[in-house]
Amino acid sequence: MSDPFLLFDLLLAGAVIALAIATLTVRDLFAAIILFVIFGLLSALAWVRLSAPDVALAEAAIGTGVTGALLLKTLHHLRYVTGSLGTNAVESLSPVQPVPAGVSWANAAFCGLITLGLATAFLGAPHAGPGLEGLVAEAMPASGVSHPVTGVLLNFRAYDTLMEVVVLLAAVIAVWQIERGLSDAPAPALGEVWEGFARLTLPAIIVVGTYLLWKGSEAPGGAFQGGAVLAAVGLMLLLSRLYVPRPAHRAVARWAFVLGTGVFAGVALLVASGGRVAFEYPLEHAKTLILLIEGLVTISIAVTLAALFHGREPVAVPAERGDNDA
Amino acid sequence: MTPDLIYGLTGIAVFAIGLVGALCAQDRLRRVLALKLCSVGAGFLLVVGAWRTPSAAPDPVPHALVITGIVVMVSATAVALALIRRLKSLEAEDDD
Repeated sequence: MSDPFLLFDLLLAGAVIALAIATLTVRDLFAAIILFVIFGLLSALAWVRLSAPDVALAEAAIGTGVTGALLLKTLHHLRYVTGSLGTNAVESLSPVQPVPAGVSWANAAFCGLITLGLATAFLGAPHAGPGLEGLVAEAMPASGVSHPVTGVLLNFRAYDTLMEVVVLLAAVIAVWQIERGLSDAPAPALGEVWEGFARLTLPAIIVVGTYLLWKGSEAPGGAFQGGAVLAAVGLMLLLSRLYVPRPAHRAVARWAFVLGTGVFAGVALLVASGGRVAFEYPLEHAKTLILLIEGLVTISIAVTLAALFHGREPVAVPAERGDNDA
Repeated sequence: MTPDLIYGLTGIAVFAIGLVGALCAQDRLRRVLALKLCSVGAGFLLVVGAWRTPSAAPDPVPHALVITGIVVMVSATAVALALIRRLKSLEAEDDD
C-alpha cells in the first residue's frame, strides 16, 4: 500500500509520539498544556484516518477542548495562589524532592516490561478479524436510528451510556464538595474574552452543537459531541462575563445536572414496566425516545461540563456563608 | 505497513510515555497530563481494533467504548484538578 497516505500516516504517528514526549519534558507547564492540546487534536486526526469520526469528534471536543480549558484554569489558579502570576514561572509548581536512582530504575524496568507485553500482545493478536460489526448491522433496523455508533450508545449498550452520564454527575458533585472550602478567597479572575468575539461566535457554536446532536441519529455526531460543543458556549459566557453565576442559579443548575440521568433512567423504567427488558424500546417509538434522551442528556452534559470548568459552587459573598448548604 | 499497524504501535508508544510520566513526574499537574496520555494511548488501541480495511465499515462497539472512556476521563480529570487546586490552597494557607 504505497500511496501518499502511508507517508502521511507515518508523519502523523511520529508527530503524535514526539508531542507526547514533549508534553512531559518541556519545563514550562503552560507550554506542556498547549502541547497536550495539539497532541489531542493530532490524535483525533489519526482516528479520522482509522475511520472513527465519532471518536475523533469526541476526543477533539471533550478530551482536548474541555480538558484543555480545565487544565489552563487549574494552572491559572495554582499560579494565582502562589502569587507567581504574570512572572514567567518555569519552575514546577509542586515541591520537588530528588527521586532515588533505584526507584527510577525500577520504574523504568516496570514500564519497559509492560510496554513489551503490550506490544507482543498487539502484534500477536489477529488483525482486522470479524468483531461485533456483523451483529450490530443485523440489529440496526430494530434500533430506531441509522448510525451504528449512536445505535450502540443509546440502544444496544445503553446501560454503559447511562452509567457514563452518572459518572459525569458524580464528578460535578465531587468538584462542588471539594471546592466548597475555597469560597473564602476571591475567585481568581480569568483572562478576558473580547465581548465582540463572543457575540460573533456564540450563535455559531450553538448552531454547530445542535446540528451535531440532531445529525447523530444518521451520521457521526451525537449527544456527547454536541454537548461538549454547547459547553463551549458556557465557557465563553463565563469568560466574557456575559453570564455571572449567582447563588440563586444553583437550584436550576442542580436540575440541569440530573435532567439527563433522570430522563434516561425514567425511560428505561417506563419501557421495563411495559413487560419488556429495560432499554428494549418499542420499535415505533424508538427514534422518538432516543432523540428525547439524547436531547436532554446533551443539555445535562453541556451544563455539567461548564460547571466543572467554573469549579466552585456559586456563593454570594464570603460573609453570607450561612446559606451555603441550602 | 497498514494504518492499523502504524497507529497501533503509536498507541502503545503513547501509553508507555504516559506510564513513565505518571510514575516519574514530580509535578501533580504533569502527572494528570501523563495519565491523560495513557488514556489516549488506550483509545488508539481500541480504535485500531475496530478498524477493518479502508473500504469496510469499522466495528462500532469499540468506538462507543472509547467515547464512553473519553467522557469518564474528563470527569476524572476534573475531580483530580479540583483536588490539586484545593491541595495548593491548603499548602498556601500553611505557609502563611
